[in-house]
Amino acid sequence: MFSVFFTIVRRDVLLAMRRRTDVLTTLFFFIIVVSLFPLGIGAEKNTLRHIAPGVVWIAALLASMLALERLFENDYADGTLEQMLIAPQSLSVIVAAKVLTHWLLTGLPIVLIAPLVGLQYYLPSEAVVTMTQALMLGTPVLSLIGAIGAALTLGLRGGGILLSLLILPLYIPVLVYGAGAIAASMMAKAPVQPYFMLLGAFLILALIFAPWATAAALRISSE
Amino acid sequence: MTLKINWFKYASPASFYPLAGKMIPWFAAASALLFAVGLYWSFFKTPEVLSEQKQYYKIIFIHVPVVWMGMWLYLVMVVWSAIGLIFNTRLSFMMSAAIAPTGALFTFLGLLTGAIWGKTSWGTWWDWDPRLTSFLILLFLYIGYMALQSAIDDTRRSDRASALLLIVGMALIPVIYWSVNCPDPAQCTALHQRSGLGKIEGNILFAMLTMTLAVWMYSFVSILMRLRNIILERERNKDWVAQLPEVAQ
Amino acid sequence: MSISEFFSMGGYGAYVWVSFGATLLLMTTEILLVRSRRRAVVKRLRRLLRAGRPS
Repeated sequence: MFSVFFTIVRRDVLLAMRRRTDVLTTLFFFIIVVSLFPLGIGAEKNTLRHIAPGVVWIAALLASMLALERLFENDYADGTLEQMLIAPQSLSVIVAAKVLTHWLLTGLPIVLIAPLVGLQYYLPSEAVVTMTQALMLGTPVLSLIGAIGAALTLGLRGGGILLSLLILPLYIPVLVYGAGAIAASMMAKAPVQPYFMLLGAFLILALIFAPWATAAALRISSE
Repeated sequence: MTLKINWFKYASPASFYPLAGKMIPWFAAASALLFAVGLYWSFFKTPEVLSEQKQYYKIIFIHVPVVWMGMWLYLVMVVWSAIGLIFNTRLSFMMSAAIAPTGALFTFLGLLTGAIWGKTSWGTWWDWDPRLTSFLILLFLYIGYMALQSAIDDTRRSDRASALLLIVGMALIPVIYWSVNCPDPAQCTALHQRSGLGKIEGNILFAMLTMTLAVWMYSFVSILMRLRNIILERERNKDWVAQLPEVAQ
Repeated sequence: MSISEFFSMGGYGAYVWVSFGATLLLMTTEILLVRSRRRAVVKRLRRLLRAGRPS
């Protein structure tokens, strides 16, 4: 089971590295969205500090969603997906591998670039640390849940917009608690621990259920 | 023995179609009657004002029923979709599809009456109150379902994909509701104001329940009518459709 | 309570009647829409039947 997992991760990462623009576009989208808010709302320090938690998470949501369309697209187009469906290995494992790759290429870069956002939004250092940790826990959940939507909308016209319509409501808990964690870290007496426990719980639940639901969705979409 | 046969008999679109047709007038009559009683009771048998709340409180007699229906119908949709996935019955999926627009309608009305209620009692049309916000999300879930349904041409894939979406949504609704209600996990418990049904004045309770039943009966009417349309469209190649009085002429 | 008092609902008449009215309006519209869709479907079925039901 693990060999399948790692083979797929390696394969997908290699494929993505060959088309590095895909990875970079998502990252730059995140940076652009984050940079747009001060331009639109005004660069007053306190305002920026105040909206930073929400802005970071919304930008992360949108960036993650943009990249989701391509999660299964290439394999669907060239027939690899069909092979995966009839392969003896568990489809959930294959899905988990693909989602991990997706996160490595979209979520992880966002986590790594987060300190830059902290700089742009005048965040204190505890907040930046919290932000990185929260994104670390939350972005995999976004990839996992998003994969379900990507599988359901496989090959449909209007795919991207439809995908957002389906997935964004489901992202709300991650948004609320992820942003809440960062906001709490900026308030003297607010404990951040409960937020991390919740985000951690979401991650565990998503790891258990999302690949299975995605596999079911893939079967439905490919019949 | 007879009951079992009847159940499977009506699980086919061909036999359910005429049955639904016969049921519609009865539900319509029940709905009209319940509305008459409910409206009369709401406006004339309940107190004119309610402590600090003036006559506008009467809005709850339409707000509460439509909200309950919005939530209830989503649940019913999930059940029918699940039945369809488990037993592979086409009619269950058709039923789920028939419910969606009505459920979305009531959810929208719930938001509208909720906003009006907010305006009268708190002074603002919208204030991201957790319940209103969760209800807005419910509307998104309905719309997502209908969008996915219409985006997929192949009926089988469409039914099953929407069913899966509903089930995923259903699993996440408690989490979503909780996160909106309780954005600060450290001090969550204080937010729940339990207003037990037992404490509501008798006439008010009766009026609310009657109106809820009235709306529920109405939903049967619109859903069954829509279901018959869906059956006709999907089964258009079958002989029994060609032999229907309205078609064969 | 006089009729005019009833309609004004202590000054909140607009809110109350719009709430009930919108509900009635939308429910009626829903039924009308379903009815008209039925007519369209039946009409199409008749046409298909006459054409020998190609599909």
